[in-house]
Amino acid sequence: MISYNTLIVLAGGSLLGASAGLVGCFAILRGRALVGDALAHAALPGVCLAFLVAGQRSLPPLLCGALASGLAGIWLIALLRRHTRIKEDAAIGLVLSVFFGVGIALERMIQNQSASGAKAGLDSFLLGKTAGMLLADVYLIAAVSLLCLATIGLLYKEFKLVTFDEGFARAQGWPVLGLDLALMVLVALAVVIGLPSVGAVLVAALLILPGSAARFWTDRLGWMLALAAMFGAWVGLAGVAASATFSKLPAGPIIVLVGAATFLASLALAPERGLAAGYWRWRQFKYGLDQRQLLRVLYEVVEQQPPAARIKLDDLLARKSWKRGDLQRRLRRAERAGQLRVTDGAAIALSAVGRRQAALAARKQRLWELFWVEYPDVAASLVDLDEQTLNTAIPAELMTELIDELQSRGRWPVVEESP
Amino acid sequence: MSESVWIELQAAFWPVAVGIACNTACGLLGCFLVLRRMSLLGDAISHAVLPGLAVAYLLSGQLGGWPIFIGALAMGLLTALLTQTLHSQAGVREDASMGVVFTTLFAVGVVLITRAAAQSDLDPGCVLYGMIEYVGINTQPVLGYPVPRAMVTLGTALAATLVFILLFWKELKLSSFDPALATAMGLSGTTMHYLLMGMVAAVTVASFEAVGSVVVVAMLVAPGATAHLLTDRLSWMLVTAALVGVLAAVAGYAVALWLNTSLAGAMAGVLGLQFGLAVCFAPRHGLVSRWLARAQLGVRIVAEDILARLYRREESLVESPQPDYEPEVPVSMIARWMARWQLLWRGEVVPLEATLRLTERGRQRAQSLVRSHRLWEAYLEKNLQLPLDHLHEPAERMEHFIDEQLQEALQAELGVQDVDPHGRPIPPGTD
Repeated sequence: MISYNTLIVLAGGSLLGASAGLVGCFAILRGRALVGDALAHAALPGVCLAFLVAGQRSLPPLLCGALASGLAGIWLIALLRRHTRIKEDAAIGLVLSVFFGVGIALERMIQNQSASGAKAGLDSFLLGKTAGMLLADVYLIAAVSLLCLATIGLLYKEFKLVTFDEGFARAQGWPVLGLDLALMVLVALAVVIGLPSVGAVLVAALLILPGSAARFWTDRLGWMLALAAMFGAWVGLAGVAASATFSKLPAGPIIVLVGAATFLASLALAPERGLAAGYWRWRQFKYGLDQRQLLRVLYEVVEQQPPAARIKLDDLLARKSWKRGDLQRRLRRAERAGQLRVTDGAAIALSAVGRRQAALAARKQRLWELFWVEYPDVAASLVDLDEQTLNTAIPAELMTELIDELQSRGRWPVVEESP
Repeated sequence: MSESVWIELQAAFWPVAVGIACNTACGLLGCFLVLRRMSLLGDAISHAVLPGLAVAYLLSGQLGGWPIFIGALAMGLLTALLTQTLHSQAGVREDASMGVVFTTLFAVGVVLITRAAAQSDLDPGCVLYGMIEYVGINTQPVLGYPVPRAMVTLGTALAATLVFILLFWKELKLSSFDPALATAMGLSGTTMHYLLMGMVAAVTVASFEAVGSVVVVAMLVAPGATAHLLTDRLSWMLVTAALVGVLAAVAGYAVALWLNTSLAGAMAGVLGLQFGLAVCFAPRHGLVSRWLARAQLGVRIVAEDILARLYRREESLVESPQPDYEPEVPVSMIARWMARWQLLWRGEVVPLEATLRLTERGRQRAQSLVRSHRLWEAYLEKNLQLPLDHLHEPAERMEHFIDEQLQEALQAELGVQDVDPHGRPIPPGTD
């Protein structure tokens, strides 16, 4: 039986993950993924200063300090980019590391001054810690997460517009700068509330991983956001649960590893954009190419022989630089498709269907060949990636012309019409 | 020197030496990262070498040694490769793919290091901020003297960096500034890229013991960025970056001692401070000097406007006691006052009742200005067919930037023409 406390912590983790994933989607689409990372690192001095001012490890002031410091870092990056010759990447790297270093220095100062309890409290901001979080803190995190979710819900259409067509939005009179700022503040909020659980170093992953994983499954923003929220919630939930199990390890890395696993699974398995699907498509395409090539070569052999004659395997082998094993595999595939029959492993007989298809394949290839020779500049812009291109790309008169030419050279295959 | 100061200096020696080696090695490589806009890839690599380091630590029980370097090089190349592959094959955006790769690898590394730490005395926090203060503990004999192992590691890394830069100086220089030309000349851009990333990985791992995985990014980026603001020549940029690094190590130690805090953090803070000073006060690219240059230009333009106005008044033979030499465009009182003062000081005008009068020198300069103005108007009218009322404003702006050479070229282009489109005579040039 799960206790009420645990339930609340898990719920808080899910909400955090969902809101971070959602906000992170927009950050990624705006190219601001690593600015979130900079924000997280830059938040550290603010946490330490807030601790010095507040005198105790209480979450609200620490988060305020983190927010202020993080936003100051972002502002500094923008300033550097606009007024100096320092480029954005150097500005981000610099602000990120210098602020973090200053934060480390401040943390060490605090640690040297006060009791050991303080050190433990602040250390958890580096790599995260979910165990021992106060219920009040979880409520705060959940509340801010809901705020982020609500804001995205309210401003969904505006964010969508600004993300995909900023010029149009500006022309239409939308306050692009204001919306951008609002988005940055949301990113800052999501990062800051993620700090206690995941830590400053890794919280950026909580923003990047769910959105990147969701991207593999869909091309539509609405679906991407929904999936990112779901993945984020899952990562938050499972991550918090896992880090409770592996209590000796800091929470941040565990949560990130759950996220990374989700990302890798999406990368591998997503239909269309995933690796498995891509491999499948490539394989199908390659087989199609291979089989068409086989048919063409078969036709060339058959053209010069009487219809009933058998084709010898070695004869085929000699015509192209293909390996014996590969050729045999292709022949087997063609056999399964009913295009031919192999007897005694060395003699091949085309079926009626096979002969027809071979003739068609040869026709196509010879048309293309002639087209390339006669009209190279036009042909260069067309690529025969599928069967349809030939008929749609070449106009009818030109087609007739090419066919006449081939016929006069005696190279136009005769296709027996199927009854 | 008093006894206590000597003891302090002795205690400071190795941490500062290690700091100097770390900052210099990182700073030199970082110059190229900054120039090639690869600072964030350097950040990613410094995080991503952690798993390799952790595995090596688990296997060998220490944070130094040759296998770690090989492992680090492999991890560095792997990171760059994975990022590139995710981006090009899986279609993930470039910055997102970098973020995915390095956070994941770093997470793996932290888990491994924490497991390793559970079996030994290693403090997992050192992953993040190093333990440069304690370098004196692990020493090994070098030429008979006990030298901290971190110093040996970083000294080697520094030497390797210097050799790398000297060996590939031309290739690095060309591929950083003109990758297209480098490729055209047969230099493999990819090879240089991966070589550089490998070196960054090795130096990062060497610096791990000193400053940790995150702060090392400050050592990579800040010296190079600071030097980039201070100079325009690559060789000077490298020297400046090294000096910045040295200063950061020394001053950082002083700050750390004074505030009783982490040396790595203090060095990062000092680096940030140096960068901030460079942003403000760098001789050519600093904010202050750019503001000054703009102000100077502004004053010059106002002064020249005054001169031209006085000249035109003389031309039209209108003597007026009112100070109507004021520039047409409203300018601030300070600018006007400074312009007037500059003209007086240069002897180009003298005060005359409430207004000013041109001296001979002033008249020459004013004449040249008005010549530029009218030549430009004629040029615009002839070549762009602008209507008459569109000519004055652009000429008013351009006249300040047309020198004698350009005047001659314009005159040659216009041929025999000594009146501007408004019918006013174009003053002759000085022979």
